[in-house]
Amino acid sequence: MEILMCFVCGFLFMVSVYLLLSKSLLRIIIGTALLSHGAHLLILTMGGLKKGAAPLLGEHAASYVDPLPQALILTAIVISFGVTSFLLVLAYRSYQELGTDNLDHMRGREGHE
Amino acid sequence: MTFLHFSILFPFLFAVFVPFLYKKFRSIHTGWFVLLVPVLLLIFFLTQLPVTANEQTAISTIDWIPSLGIQFTVYLDGLSFLFSLLITGIGSLVTLYSIFYLDQKKEKLNSFYVFFLLFMGSMLGVVLSDNMVVLYTFWELTSISSFLLIGYWHHRKESTYGAQKSMIITVFGGLCMLGGMILLYLITNTFSIRETILQADHILQHPFMLPALILFLLGAFTKSAQFPFYIWLPDAMEAPTPVSAYLHSATMVKAGIYLVARFTPVFGPAPEWFWIVTLAGLFTMFWASFHAIRQTDLKGILAFSTVSQLGLVMSLIGAGSLAFQFDSIEKNVSIVAITAAIFHLFNHATFKGSLFMAAGIVDHETGTRDIRRLGGLMSIMPITFTVSLFGAFSMAGLPPFNGFLSKEMFFSGMLSLLELNTFHLETWAILFPVLAWVGSIFTFLYSVLIVFKTFGGKLQLEKLPKRPHEAPFGMLVPPVILAVMVLLIGLFPGLVAKSIIEPAAASIYPALYDFHGEFPVHISIWHGFTIELLLTAGVIVLGIAGYIFLPKWKAVYQLFPYKLSLNAAYNNLFKMTGRASRNITRSYMTGYLRDYLAYLFVFFILLAGGVMAYKGAFSFHPAESAPIGIYEVILAAVMIAGSVTIVFSRSRLTAIIALGAVGYTVSLFFIFFRAPDLALTQLIIETVSVALFLLCFYHLPKLQKQERPPGLKIRNLLIAFGVGAIVTIIALSANSQRAGETISEYFLKNSYKLAGGKNVVNVILVDFRGFDTMFEITVLGIAALGIFSMVKLRKSKEGER
Repeated sequence: MEILMCFVCGFLFMVSVYLLLSKSLLRIIIGTALLSHGAHLLILTMGGLKKGAAPLLGEHAASYVDPLPQALILTAIVISFGVTSFLLVLAYRSYQELGTDNLDHMRGREGHE
Repeated sequence: MTFLHFSILFPFLFAVFVPFLYKKFRSIHTGWFVLLVPVLLLIFFLTQLPVTANEQTAISTIDWIPSLGIQFTVYLDGLSFLFSLLITGIGSLVTLYSIFYLDQKKEKLNSFYVFFLLFMGSMLGVVLSDNMVVLYTFWELTSISSFLLIGYWHHRKESTYGAQKSMIITVFGGLCMLGGMILLYLITNTFSIRETILQADHILQHPFMLPALILFLLGAFTKSAQFPFYIWLPDAMEAPTPVSAYLHSATMVKAGIYLVARFTPVFGPAPEWFWIVTLAGLFTMFWASFHAIRQTDLKGILAFSTVSQLGLVMSLIGAGSLAFQFDSIEKNVSIVAITAAIFHLFNHATFKGSLFMAAGIVDHETGTRDIRRLGGLMSIMPITFTVSLFGAFSMAGLPPFNGFLSKEMFFSGMLSLLELNTFHLETWAILFPVLAWVGSIFTFLYSVLIVFKTFGGKLQLEKLPKRPHEAPFGMLVPPVILAVMVLLIGLFPGLVAKSIIEPAAASIYPALYDFHGEFPVHISIWHGFTIELLLTAGVIVLGIAGYIFLPKWKAVYQLFPYKLSLNAAYNNLFKMTGRASRNITRSYMTGYLRDYLAYLFVFFILLAGGVMAYKGAFSFHPAESAPIGIYEVILAAVMIAGSVTIVFSRSRLTAIIALGAVGYTVSLFFIFFRAPDLALTQLIIETVSVALFLLCFYHLPKLQKQERPPGLKIRNLLIAFGVGAIVTIIALSANSQRAGETISEYFLKNSYKLAGGKNVVNVILVDFRGFDTMFEITVLGIAALGIFSMVKLRKSKEGER
């Protein structure tokens, strides 16, 4: 299972890097969102995907899955959500001000330090 | 803290008060106050004469950074004493001269004298320091204060150019010297020069010896304007004449000589030292004296003559280093070279100072320094003429002036090399006297040129900006004193030989300290019919012939066009480094975000992939993994399909919905992998995100077709594939080799016992690792505030809120 997930995460990384290298601002933000999905799944995979009960002690199971990666991912989800929403509003505002979402047009020119 | 320390710090302390004196006493020329400093110091150093004349030394130490072995140690021996005398003596005269040279109303005297005192103090520091780090500190201070003094008339382009050039070259050398000092420290473990000299044998065996030697010589050669680093000195002539007289003839340019002399006991026995120092010195002497004749500016000639004379002294010190090859002092022929070096050093300071001052007087009284416009000033400025005559004839090496004595000794020093058979000298030795002799002919020629082009011939009144007349009395006093010294030392060399010259020579060649017989070198005006005398006669005859036929052979200089000169090389180097660095920066700083991202990703691929390959870190053990369920495979397929849809979608809505699909698939994955809290959070956040995307969607333009060259697309694809592959490989390898047991057993065991909660993830978030959560809340808060201010605060076009 882990092997499959490694390939899925790698694929997500590949797609998101490809999107990041594009010139449309919206695609870039979508790329970051995909990248964080890939990272979250990777953390979960690296924690081990062995079967066990959900980490709720009320279950009285013989074994539980690892709770620590879940806590880490929870934190990461919230943070990436904050960053993504900030980026979205930034894109929205820059489109309002500059009239373009094409990164090639937002390029700093010589003399514009 | 002794008086020796104070003597170094006194100019610095006094410099602090100069601006106050300038402001407070506007009617008195500030120079009169400043004159106190060198005069007092001169008197103080003269009181030290008995110490060094008896070949004793004075030393005292204050701690500066003792933990690094850096003490402010001052050490006065014959050599430092000679230099201190020059610095304070010529310093007094130049200060006096500057009082009459610089106009009280037109010039910014406060800054001039502050720079001047800074220079004087740092120069004293250079010659009196025993600790190399302290020496280096003062060394750079002389560079900086010299830079300030050359650029004193900073509104003139030539001044700033000359100042910058001298700064770059001397600081380059200074940094090399620092490198040499650090290498020496690595060998000897001390910064003290005296202790370094004691370990000379050990240093000579060490593999670092040669790099240290070369770095030291780079420092000395740049400062003392040796070939090919002399090019800054002629451009430094844009400084006021008192500065040229003081810094660029008597003191700063001799700092390199001092350094070479000081380190001769360390490196002297090495053959490389002898060859480099002697050959560079002789070639500089020849080259500069040859090019001096070409100059038309009085100060230009003097600058080249300074370079040439410094080369002479340098070559003598190099030849003197052979003294270390001998066992007995009595048979030592190279001592004459050391003594000649010191003696000529002293003489050069006297006659060159007087010549510069005379040139300054001519400039001041006629308004030009161009020898093509000058002439016939002999009867108008008789005193200046006499001074110049004394100085120039001494420089040319004519009797009865002091230059004659040292030039004779120079010849005998060079001839003494013929008698040696170390370092394969027997084949090459003839080169040295020949080069020296030819250089001396040119020296004679330009010395005559200075005097007779300026004062001889006929007066060209119409070409002179001012009506010439003799200089005021005060301006004449300092050059006259120097000219009298030139003559006196020439007639009675015993005045300085025993008390000053011999102890200084003894400090270069320490064996002389232990030697209690008669000093083996005699300085006297007449030592019989020798080959040296014959050489001098030849110099005079050929020099006069050269002067008479000068217009005929001047065409030789056409062989040296500007394009091939060192100055052109320097300027081109400057231009080219600027252009090259600009081009390099432009080639990769394209201004496109995607290019920078591409650099980052490529670097990531190379670094991570390279390390994996280099360390052989890849491993793959599928045995430990969990079984693959059919649901997970379906989810994975959905996720891949969703992400591919995003890449190929042409409409924004499709892309956003596909992203949402991927996000919900992730939360389904969380469910399958037994993470209920994550699934909940992911569901909610995905919903909110999609809503946000849709909100922006309304405002953002349509996705354009990605118009770009196919090459770029392939590049991006390759990079993306590389990153994906590397991530996969790292994940697989990391998964296959686990370092140890997880700590989660602790959380599972103690979650209820210690924290009283059964949802272990939540307990970790708020109890075991509560700090993470606190700052994650902070991140959300900051994002919210940021969004709020981005939406609310905006500057209108007028710059108002």
